[in-house]
Amino acid sequence: MITLKINGQQKNWDGDPDLPLLWFLRDEAGLTGTKYGCGQALCGACTVIVDKQAIRACITSVSDVVDREVTTIEGLHPTGDHAVQKAWRQLNVPQCGFCQVGQIMQAAALLLENPKPNHDQIREAMAGNICRCGCYQRIENAVHLASTGV
Amino acid sequence: MNMSTNPKKLRGFERYVKVDNVSRRSILKGLGLAGGFVLAAPVMSRPGFAAYKTGAGEMPHGTVVDPRVFVAIAPDGIVTIVAHRAEMGTGVRTSLPMIVAEEMEADWSRVRIQQAHGDEVKFGNQDTDGSRSTRHYLIPMRQIGASARTMLEGAAAKRWGVPATEVKAVNHEVVHSASGRRIGFGDLAADAAKQSVPSVEGLRLKDPKDFRYLGKGQISMVDLRDITVGTARYGADVRLPGMKYAVIARPPVTGGKVASFDGAAAMKVSGVEKVMEVKGWPWPSKFQPLGGVAVIARNTGAAIKGRDALKIVWDDGANGKYESVAYRAELEAAARKPGLVVRKEGDVEAALKGADKVIVGEYYLPHLAHVAMEPPVAVADVKGDKAEIWGPVQSAGGTREDVAKTLGIPQENVTVNVTLLGGGFGRKSKCDFAIEAALLSKELGAPVKVQWTREDDIRNGFLHTVSVERIEAGLDKSGKVTAWRHRSVAPSIASTFAAGALHQAPFELGMGLVDMPFEIANVQCENPEAAARTRIGWFRSVSNIPRAFAVQSMVAELAQATKRDPKDMLLELIGSPRIVKLDSVKDLWNYGEPYDSYPIDTARLRKVVELVAEKGGWGRSIPKGHGLGIAAHRSFVSYIATIVEVAVDDKGKLTVPRVDTAIDCGTYVNPERIQSQIEGAAIMGLSLAKHGAVTFKDGKVQQGNFDDSPLLRIDESPAVTNVYIVPPGPDTPPSGVGEPGVPPFAPALINAIFAATGKRIRALPIGKQLEA
Repeated sequence: MITLKINGQQKNWDGDPDLPLLWFLRDEAGLTGTKYGCGQALCGACTVIVDKQAIRACITSVSDVVDREVTTIEGLHPTGDHAVQKAWRQLNVPQCGFCQVGQIMQAAALLLENPKPNHDQIREAMAGNICRCGCYQRIENAVHLASTGV
Repeated sequence: MNMSTNPKKLRGFERYVKVDNVSRRSILKGLGLAGGFVLAAPVMSRPGFAAYKTGAGEMPHGTVVDPRVFVAIAPDGIVTIVAHRAEMGTGVRTSLPMIVAEEMEADWSRVRIQQAHGDEVKFGNQDTDGSRSTRHYLIPMRQIGASARTMLEGAAAKRWGVPATEVKAVNHEVVHSASGRRIGFGDLAADAAKQSVPSVEGLRLKDPKDFRYLGKGQISMVDLRDITVGTARYGADVRLPGMKYAVIARPPVTGGKVASFDGAAAMKVSGVEKVMEVKGWPWPSKFQPLGGVAVIARNTGAAIKGRDALKIVWDDGANGKYESVAYRAELEAAARKPGLVVRKEGDVEAALKGADKVIVGEYYLPHLAHVAMEPPVAVADVKGDKAEIWGPVQSAGGTREDVAKTLGIPQENVTVNVTLLGGGFGRKSKCDFAIEAALLSKELGAPVKVQWTREDDIRNGFLHTVSVERIEAGLDKSGKVTAWRHRSVAPSIASTFAAGALHQAPFELGMGLVDMPFEIANVQCENPEAAARTRIGWFRSVSNIPRAFAVQSMVAELAQATKRDPKDMLLELIGSPRIVKLDSVKDLWNYGEPYDSYPIDTARLRKVVELVAEKGGWGRSIPKGHGLGIAAHRSFVSYIATIVEVAVDDKGKLTVPRVDTAIDCGTYVNPERIQSQIEGAAIMGLSLAKHGAVTFKDGKVQQGNFDDSPLLRIDESPAVTNVYIVPPGPDTPPSGVGEPGVPPFAPALINAIFAATGKRIRALPIGKQLEA
């Protein structure tokens, strides 16, 4: 039996300890905000925050995050009003929206590490998150806005 | 009230796919017998809103104009408006209901949206494809809103005992200004529902100068908050009690099938419950599943791990030798010989022979995969002779039809619930993944989710065609272009519907080949044969991608040959402001629209070129190593021109400091979403130009994920994309937005690279070509 701490809550798992965290979150814990996009840490759609770092849940097994704090989009902010979320809404960032949870989690993790990133630093930090609709210009501007006060 | 329900059984694309073959005559005959060939949805003339016709009535099931179907008002005043088209990022789930709210004078903050399930008899055509939603539904949605408003006003007038002409709906209430009385929509709801639905002909539409929402761009997408907090529900997010999770190993070669398999190792994987062969259909079979071996598990991760442990022997079938390098050579050979003539003006052969100079450009564009961030996925629950589907489908009605047909049950027994789509781009117009889920659910007697992995998406999809476009242009001594021969060779989407389709269908020929708008005396367009070796499908912008690439690259090549400015060359070729006549083209495809409402108007094409040149600073001074390129293209009955600035360093590293795009999409609803679509089109255009290619070896796709099939990332994206929207004239009908932005991007980019480096790229993707 594995015990995980997700968004401050204990979750138990008695199945395959190698199960990717992504599928535990989505299919076993019902936390579907975190998305599947590639399964190989290539697109960032499954980004969650473990302790204070962005990680890709699709290549992280549940046993890797025992005794660590997992934060998903559902736990990012109690009312959904994290500065990054607010900035995203203010600039109408999304198109289809599917990758945006991963983008938002990545941006939130960036601001934990670097509260005032410049545009090059934003581009570098967000380069692991793919958006097929092509919202990059707004993503870059929204991260900048979140870092300077929404 | 049902304005123009179309009795035709066939869906639109099938009709056009079949135009080329022998069944055409019988289809037309059949339509005649079915009681009338509805050419266009009727639209009334109104002050400030002149009559125009669209092809909406030609779509299967046409349009339905009935407020009782689309609008509900609760006693607390909350107005619920039905969104009957699919949301894949264009904003349509917001913009169409907004049109209804505008006309009925509803307060947007008290409007809720309800997504329609698949039912085209009830809602009209739901196939969200072809950049059609706004152009087909602007007027019907206004009429629905106006009907609802008229009923509310009638109910208030009756209650007060005053003539209806004395009352007016204003911001969610009806007002009688003579007496100062007012009453809210919620209080009127029950009485309004008893009013008869007014005739469309007698409706009063709002004067556009009184619009509060339309054309303003102030309203955000209705799903914006849900998207940012993770509660927006996509197909992948549907969970049902007792639901099983499935992934399928599909034949790696189109037309292949399972010879034998061993599922013993897969069954040992923790969480795997069952391994089973699933039915496939022989190629081509439209959107029917490919078949293969399914692994059923308690979660998706276990199903994928189980699938990795399968041992399958495949029978590859006739396409086992498909190989992209050899196929390219076949297409090039075909393009160098005469082909089926699909447009002919003057005598191109003689004009080329007599030309002072002939410039030849041969352009190659590879297969592309849609790669929506949400790979195909669907949930099905089949019980007895009833089926319920949840999924990200572009065509809810088509999905309902195809699932019913496959299961052998009546359409009325199939409910299709449309979730948000995590991107579509044409892939989710094909409902194979929903059929797969339905078949598995029927077999297992439980709800099933079928999840495609990214590798499945890239290897087993319906790819954008692969093409060679060859243009020969003859110039006279003065540098004027006197001859234009364009041969387009590419396997047709028709090949996905019927075996033996060797020529492109009218809807493909009409996307940038036969509708070429230049003013040239001798023009010939040809379509040599090409046989498909894999499934070909619609991809955002479709054949416009290779055609705009070839035509707009050739414009710059001609400018180079005659030492002229590329923008001036482009304007000279577009020629005088006029309506282009295409009398020599049989079965001209005009995106399904009547030509008199949506002609090829070179004045509008010139206008976007001039606008983008002015706003985008064509000819501005730029640093060394930078270059500017321009391209313009009409598609989906909209006009677009793009200027791209590139920088290429001495190692061949390409960056894009700036993009400027002007679009004329006629009357528009939500300029904020138009801007986002055009920004996105620049990213997709740059992505396909730099990286986009799906290639085959031994019949199998060689790529599988974002490592070997990269998409553009934020650190490669244009620093800034500026969008300029041409203000519509009062009579300009709405036209497409979702697709037209993509086609001009790649040629503008390539022309800019030429300006910066002197290197002319004629084959995409760019890949490492600049590094040499």
